[in-house]
Amino acid sequence: MSQYIKDFPILDQQVNGNPLIYLDSGATSQKPFKVIEAVETYYKTMNSNVHRGVHTLGSRATDAYEGAREKVRRFINAGSTQEIIFNRGTTTGLNLVASSYARENLKEGDEILISPSEHHSNLIPWQQVAKVTGATLKYFELEPDGTLDLNKAKAAITDRTKLVAIAQVSNVLGTVFPVKELAGWVHAKGGVIVIDAAQSVPHMKVDVQDLDCDFLAFSGHKMVGPTGIGVLYGKEALLNAMEPIEFGGEMISTVGLYDSDWKELPWKFEGGTPIIAGAVGLGAAVDYLESIGMDTIDAHDRHLVAYAMERMGELEGVSMYGPRKDRTGMVTFNLDTVHPHDLATVLDAEGIAIRAGHHCCQPLMRWLEVTATARASFYLYNNESDIDRLVAGLKKAKEYFGNVFR
Amino acid sequence: MSLDDLYRRVIMDHYQQPRNRGQIEDGSITVDLNNPTCGDRVSVQMRVKNGIIEEAMFEGEGCSISMASASMMTETVKGLDVERAVYLVDLFSRMMQGEEIDTEEFPLEDIEALQGVAKFPARIKCATLAWKALEKGAKESAN
Repeated sequence: MSQYIKDFPILDQQVNGNPLIYLDSGATSQKPFKVIEAVETYYKTMNSNVHRGVHTLGSRATDAYEGAREKVRRFINAGSTQEIIFNRGTTTGLNLVASSYARENLKEGDEILISPSEHHSNLIPWQQVAKVTGATLKYFELEPDGTLDLNKAKAAITDRTKLVAIAQVSNVLGTVFPVKELAGWVHAKGGVIVIDAAQSVPHMKVDVQDLDCDFLAFSGHKMVGPTGIGVLYGKEALLNAMEPIEFGGEMISTVGLYDSDWKELPWKFEGGTPIIAGAVGLGAAVDYLESIGMDTIDAHDRHLVAYAMERMGELEGVSMYGPRKDRTGMVTFNLDTVHPHDLATVLDAEGIAIRAGHHCCQPLMRWLEVTATARASFYLYNNESDIDRLVAGLKKAKEYFGNVFR
Repeated sequence: MSLDDLYRRVIMDHYQQPRNRGQIEDGSITVDLNNPTCGDRVSVQMRVKNGIIEEAMFEGEGCSISMASASMMTETVKGLDVERAVYLVDLFSRMMQGEEIDTEEFPLEDIEALQGVAKFPARIKCATLAWKALEKGAKESAN
């Protein structure tokens, strides 16, 4: 699998005198030549605004933009491109569902059910919906290893549950949550499910029809695509009944002096000049990932997590969070009493990039009873030797702080 | 870039045995600040009488740099008048940007050990957190 490193030009460099080991793909992934070149080619040969120009460049740009939508549709197996809304990223997608769907459909007495492990972007929008609509925000109970007990989760979903919002993969614990089962249970009670797929779509095959989810949001930049482009999938019937939250150019059909109506899906949710180059880059990212195969990537990433947990578990003083199995993408941990920032600085001196802090999950940090953690996250361009370097770096950090603390 | 430039012994000493950690019982100004990007949190308390910082203490959670810097800050400002303290915040912030500081103007003592932080841009905010809290508290005391 290390064969893919050569596709990622940024990884071929020294950082602080050592070969770069990038273990922060959970924050953002690196980009292969194919994606960088697709964006460059777009700007060099077809840049223009979409859906309006009669001229040739306008058609090229429109074809490239809508072509990318079709690639994304196929990638997540949506029924129609009308269900694929391009936006800025997962946060924007989740906020659209909260601001348009939830504010309109929820009322006092209804319940929103989420997990304490949610990223702030899948938590604060629901706090706001609860405040505005009078609905009650409730939480699933997490087991000590950061998983859901299926029986308890099923029982938590009641007739009052109008909306369940949950990450398919936790960005801290790496837990793969049983979203397909949750979708079935919430539908049986008449509610909808919103899936934060920011950490799942990059790492595994996600089929929205198989999951039978109502909404699913993810970001291009975590799946080797450019920053600034994301996707919201929504079931056509739900999206059709929803009002746009951004009004202006690109999203209208007829505009009168006092009233206007909207284009059909998906454009009614894409007010303003869209993120054309970003979408083209995302299309190239989808092509790249598919050329390797999502099942191959899935197996690789899960293997790296298992290998990292095994190797890091051999080190005294390492505490790891989350389940032992059914997890992907990352290992979140602490080393002795070394603060994660200090640890990240020592590893950075070794050329190893990890994340340290609360990972946009303050409620989860309180649940874990820590103030911050370190996180090493993996992707297709990582391999076992990167983890060996991480473990060597951790040993060095232990030694270093062991000395200065003495 | 050498780690020893950052983790000087005196910093680790302040981190492990912080000075003035705790709460002031009476008549104090409290400023809570956090660094939302990383989760470091500091609460600085000070008692100001007739324009003089009689007492300064802190509590908080964070990395060695943020906690050591808070500890050093409380040691430095105790007994200073408020204006002088605000001036030192500015000097400290300039030092973190890599500026040479006239040590006659600002006797650095232990704080000198934090000069190395300037070489680690990602850590400057850790070092300045408690000082920003001090500045806010000092300005509040003037109102």
